[in-house]
Amino acid sequence: MNRLRKIGERIVEVMLTLSGSITSLAILLIILFLFKEGIGLFNNPEIEKGYVLCLNSSNPVEKLTPYQIKQIFDSEIENWKEAGGTDGEIMLFRFDEIFNMYSDEELGEDYALLPQKLGEVIAQNPDIIAFFPEKYLPEGNRSVKKLPLENIQVQDFFGGKEWLPTATPMAQFGVLPLILGTLWVSLFAILIALPLGLGVAIYLSELANERTRKLLKPTIELLAGIPSVVYGFFGLAVIVPLIQRTGHLPVGETALAGSLILAVMALPTIITLAEDAMRNTPRAMREAGLALGATQWQTIYSVVIPYAASGITAAVVLGIGRAIGETMAVLMVTGNAAVMPHSLFEPVRTIPATIAAELGEAPAGGTHYQALFLLGCILFIITMIISISAEVISKKQINQGL
Amino acid sequence: MIETKNINFYYGDFHALKDISMEMQAHTVTALIGPSGCGKSTFLRLFNRMNDLIDGTRLTGECLIEGENIYHKSVQVDELRKKVGMVFQKPNPFPKSIFENVAYGLRVNHIGDKSYITQRVEESLRDAALWDEVKDKLKKSAFELSGGQQQRLCIARALAISPSILLMDEPASALDPISTSKIEELIHSLKKDYTIVIVTHNMQQAARVSDKTGFFMLGELIEYNDTKKMFLNPEKEQTQNYITGRFG
Amino acid sequence: MNRKTTQKIAFITFRSLGLLVVAILFWILGFIIYNGISVISWEFLTTAPTEGMTAGGIFPAIVGTLCLTLGSLVLSFPLGVMSAIYMSEYAGNARVVKFIRVMTNNLGSIPSIIFGLFGMALFVNTLGFGDSIIAGSFTLGLLALPLVIRTTEEALKAIPDSYRTGSLALGANRLQTIRRVILPMAFPNIITGLILSIGRVSGETAPILFTVAAYFLPKLPHSIFDQVMALPYHLYVIATSGTDIEASRPIAYGTALVLVLIVLLMNLLATTLRRYFGKKVKTN
Repeated sequence: MNRLRKIGERIVEVMLTLSGSITSLAILLIILFLFKEGIGLFNNPEIEKGYVLCLNSSNPVEKLTPYQIKQIFDSEIENWKEAGGTDGEIMLFRFDEIFNMYSDEELGEDYALLPQKLGEVIAQNPDIIAFFPEKYLPEGNRSVKKLPLENIQVQDFFGGKEWLPTATPMAQFGVLPLILGTLWVSLFAILIALPLGLGVAIYLSELANERTRKLLKPTIELLAGIPSVVYGFFGLAVIVPLIQRTGHLPVGETALAGSLILAVMALPTIITLAEDAMRNTPRAMREAGLALGATQWQTIYSVVIPYAASGITAAVVLGIGRAIGETMAVLMVTGNAAVMPHSLFEPVRTIPATIAAELGEAPAGGTHYQALFLLGCILFIITMIISISAEVISKKQINQGL
Repeated sequence: MIETKNINFYYGDFHALKDISMEMQAHTVTALIGPSGCGKSTFLRLFNRMNDLIDGTRLTGECLIEGENIYHKSVQVDELRKKVGMVFQKPNPFPKSIFENVAYGLRVNHIGDKSYITQRVEESLRDAALWDEVKDKLKKSAFELSGGQQQRLCIARALAISPSILLMDEPASALDPISTSKIEELIHSLKKDYTIVIVTHNMQQAARVSDKTGFFMLGELIEYNDTKKMFLNPEKEQTQNYITGRFG
Repeated sequence: MNRKTTQKIAFITFRSLGLLVVAILFWILGFIIYNGISVISWEFLTTAPTEGMTAGGIFPAIVGTLCLTLGSLVLSFPLGVMSAIYMSEYAGNARVVKFIRVMTNNLGSIPSIIFGLFGMALFVNTLGFGDSIIAGSFTLGLLALPLVIRTTEEALKAIPDSYRTGSLALGANRLQTIRRVILPMAFPNIITGLILSIGRVSGETAPILFTVAAYFLPKLPHSIFDQVMALPYHLYVIATSGTDIEASRPIAYGTALVLVLIVLLMNLLATTLRRYFGKKVKTN
């Protein structure tokens, strides 16, 4: 009996130990899955998987950059001269056009004759560029030239200025506008929230009496508890029309709307942490300041704030972290235009909002899906850097330097 | 110099000081002794109105410094605190450089220009017998000093704004014996320029540094007398008991 | 400028900033309550949406959120409490505890959309749960884990060591001490943490977008492998991409109010519990 109990206790202890590692395990799994899916993006060809681009063999062009291909299909390049070839108007040929040219009978059973017909079309048009599934590639037709294709390049992903994940034949995965959009909205939000939050923290920790504190603290906790989708809804129903009307803008869904909502959402983090840091300033410090004839305000800014500086910095850093990762509210109020941000009064799109808006439509395992996971990786790395630096800053001993 | 008339002080319902009247002469060292919780620190903190910072306190009676009631409505608290310097139990330098710590009082009170501040910082550090130890590292953090040095820095900081009175709340209780004796020597040499009131629980210290001693118990001033007389031949039995270590 | 004047100006500014924050909160709450209160009725709470979600109620979404919240707690509560017990009572090595704490903080700082991505990759696709209550609950459970661990650890730390040594001195072993002394004493605060995490989880949208939430699904779930509607997602949908955004505005106000009420209620409950048990301990 006694032995059984011992064994039972042992089992409980093992379970406790195991559950101690649950958070580490969770982080490990998140990293694993995020990066496994995300890194896969660079194993994909530039154009849609399973498709090829073909030219007429007489065309001297041997290679096209991804950006050129995109420009050609957007009709921004209309002559082969501009793509390094000889004079001649580019003829775009998308796969579905074959069905306008030939009837189902002509294409044969199971489209057995389709490759042959495709070959004929390409052979007849020297300035053609054709885009169709690889399985219909007319093998052995000497007038058909397949363009060599590379995998998606890392520098195109991080340096690209266009995010058009569903464009055909060349989806554009340039994350620059998304990263900049995220930073713009978050940093401007902190610019608003910082003075406000710091002021309230000073009020709470230095000026307010116990009764006011007891009222104000739960209020701020409540502000932190409101779901982000409710903030988003509030922004959409109140802030967005307000901005549109006062600024006489075509749309109210702007970076500014996102920043304002994010500022309110980051406030509780900043206030709570900064107030804690200030209250941790030893009473003796404050008294020493006052005993030297400093006014209360002089004591606050020349003694309390420097003493709490590392805690306040950590508060701000975590506030930024919260803002950068926020999804729903931003998704609902920023207008989500994936363009390089130019002004606060235009729509922008952030990384989290992009994931939320597009993942539902991206087929699992596809290029788009993987690109969104890679965005997740970027977001993950940013927030990890932020959270670790906040940890380091707040641990920094006050007496290690000034 | 300092005079209190029928001071009563309350923390909420707690009657912390009971009807205390006392007079302290200029350029003397007055020691306040007594068991912990007797009100000696509270009494000390009346003179620069440090007790104002605590909510729910109440005061009756008068406290005169240089003939002026410091609790009168017209008194500016920060002006008063400029005149009445204070050194605390634990060294509490600011997270600033040594120089900036001493200059702090001058800066917040907008006293003097740059050259005056530099001069005043040196004088104060010399007066606090710290100059020779720190003159080469004025820009270093005050936290790099030893505990004893930090406490002398805090004294220098208090001296910089040229107070006439110096309050010391157990200034050596957190220090080692060598640092303690340095502080005591310092108190001796400061006497000629300042009026010093020191709270201590160390009776030997009181006997060594002070001219007059007040003995507090349970919020009452039991005996106030010349230090020599008090320690050799106290008038009250309670004082005798405390000094000989029978309670406390 | 006189430094007294500077101080006066500074303090007036801070005071007004404090007021401003309160005003912002009341503006948001007031707006939602004012517009939502007339929408909420027994019928609104107990019927399914009709006519392209421009009429009817939000009953399936309420049920869905309830399922998801409970489901997430089934995962996060036992695991979180055990993890906290391990950290505060078992792990002798301070380094280990520090490491776990850093990991917990890091997990807590990961944006909720990342949980959504992860939940989709692991639960929906790799484990093949599909969009389902179980996938959504697990995802939300992971998200709630750091909160549960943190509050439980604080609750355990608040118990003075004298109780531990007292119990051990009577011959009880560590496990008995935890079970018979520490846990019962820490229980109210642990429950408070649990309630707060209910408030948090019930309002989360991003983690359930791709793991469970259904755009429109008027029938109730039959098993944990069914999809459900959920309140926060429902609000998002009818506010941004419903069939007729203008016509469904009242429903949006009502849904937002229900969400806010859940948070208010949970906060109130937590505060009351804390106060009640706080008093009880004191009078003992």
